[in-house]
Amino acid sequence: MMKRRSLVKYNKKETMVAYICLLPALTFAFIFVVIPLINVFYLSLTNWDLIKTSKKFIGLQNYKYIFSDAKFTKSIVNTLLFAGVKIPADLVLSLCIAMLLDRKIWVRRFFRASYFAPVVLPMVAATLIWIWIYDPTFGPLNQILELFGLSPVKWLYDPKWAMFSVILFSLWKGLGYNIVIFLAGLQAIPDTYSEAARIDGANDRQIFFKITLPLLSPIVNFVVLMGIINSFKIFTQISVMTPEGGPLYSTGVMVFYIYQQAFEKFKIGRASAAAVILFLMVLALTGVQKKLGKKHIHYM
Amino acid sequence: MKSREMKNTIAFFLLSIGLVVMLFPFFWMVLSAFKSQKDVYAYPPIWFPKLWQFENFKKVFDLVPFGRYYFNSILVSVLSTIGQIGVSVLAAYSLARLRFPFKKFIYTFILSTMLMPFVVTMIPTFLIISSFKWIDTYQGLIVPFLFNGFSIIFLVPFFESIPRDLQDAARIDGCGYFKILFAVILSNSRSALSTITLFSFLGHWRNYLWPLIATNTTEMRTLPIGLKYLISEGGSEYHLLMAASLMAIIPVLVLYIFMEKQFIKSVTMTGIK
Repeated sequence: MMKRRSLVKYNKKETMVAYICLLPALTFAFIFVVIPLINVFYLSLTNWDLIKTSKKFIGLQNYKYIFSDAKFTKSIVNTLLFAGVKIPADLVLSLCIAMLLDRKIWVRRFFRASYFAPVVLPMVAATLIWIWIYDPTFGPLNQILELFGLSPVKWLYDPKWAMFSVILFSLWKGLGYNIVIFLAGLQAIPDTYSEAARIDGANDRQIFFKITLPLLSPIVNFVVLMGIINSFKIFTQISVMTPEGGPLYSTGVMVFYIYQQAFEKFKIGRASAAAVILFLMVLALTGVQKKLGKKHIHYM
Repeated sequence: MKSREMKNTIAFFLLSIGLVVMLFPFFWMVLSAFKSQKDVYAYPPIWFPKLWQFENFKKVFDLVPFGRYYFNSILVSVLSTIGQIGVSVLAAYSLARLRFPFKKFIYTFILSTMLMPFVVTMIPTFLIISSFKWIDTYQGLIVPFLFNGFSIIFLVPFFESIPRDLQDAARIDGCGYFKILFAVILSNSRSALSTITLFSFLGHWRNYLWPLIATNTTEMRTLPIGLKYLISEGGSEYHLLMAASLMAIIPVLVLYIFMEKQFIKSVTMTGIK
């Protein structure tokens, strides 16, 4: 029965309607995704800057240049540093808070709404608040530190602290998103599982590591994958908080480097080469993550 | 049972500490938006404004065309959202309900576009838009975002889940393909549509990188870009920056307070299916 069905010819009218419906999406995808993707590879092999009218094919010279440019290698390190600190911190914190919120406590909905509130804020507006919070002289954060007898920090102006400051802000801004996702995952786990384990004599720790965490693993996978992709995209808070890429380029991430090369120095070829490297890195990392994650993951 | 209550009390206590940290920046922004310049640069810092300065808000409008930024943001976000949802609904309908050759291939192609960060295609897209002479125009801010792989892929399973019987009944009644899309598919997936609309609107509202490079003049700046330049143009006067931030945040925050459930639902719907 099934076999015969697949042999049935496609309905001509249905096929036509289907392609008409797909036409706008595929046209825009072609112009703004496919062509640019091919073009970025091509541009990365040319010496074009926006000012010159001609572009010359120069092979891999742009790649040679960026890999000898200390700023580019630093931007890779900074991106990985951001991802390496932010993703685990985000994971642990949001899971802990979600587990606290999974209990029957007073004003639980208010808590959830408040933890989620920073997520909905426009990024630049939120960044402006934190620029002031971080102000070494007039900002409230150093004042609070002094209250606890700690010495003040120069936050965004200190090469040792600038990236940490951006990460702290990003954690505050994005935490609620993962909390909500984890909370939904926790609520989907039937109580009977942990109750049965408790009757068998399991303690809280065992229940967490043997039941809760394994059942949450698809969500953990999703959160890590999104964390990786988003870390490579990070730009807004860097550009607003540290317009020059921070003291000693300590917050210059890959997108920032690409932006500077393309739209401040007009080196389209070099910027394209850096964009290609970013593309390959995201591709490789998501591939590795997909291999490691056993269960099915949903992308967004 | 006693110990569970104890644990709940500890949970409440811990969550309250976290709450203070999460909400502090909001309070700081609101308080600072009403401070005078003297209060802002007081040392040691003052927490509450001595005299509530309502003219800070007016000063923002004098300093930069804040109303224009607002108008641009609303116009660009609304049109981008409408366009993107329209394009996505048509494509998702085709992928979910119609039979045609190369369907699987097209689906996989759209799925794979989601993994690509915008920054990779940004430079060639900029060149395409400039060859259209669309830099510093509304269409230049809108058109590159009409295709969005995520919103198509998101809608497909919702469209698929609508029973075939409804479609067959409509067909017997003489409905064509497009009538079915509106009468059967769309009217039965309101929740998915409102989720993706909210999601897409917020995405366009906060877009930063593209309007930063695709606009040159002050008149074409959207709110995020206007706020960024306010730092240099406003001489980093914090009270004005906070007043501007507050004005940028309030509509979103009001929307959030009234539609909190919808917001949370859209995150869980888009995050895990």
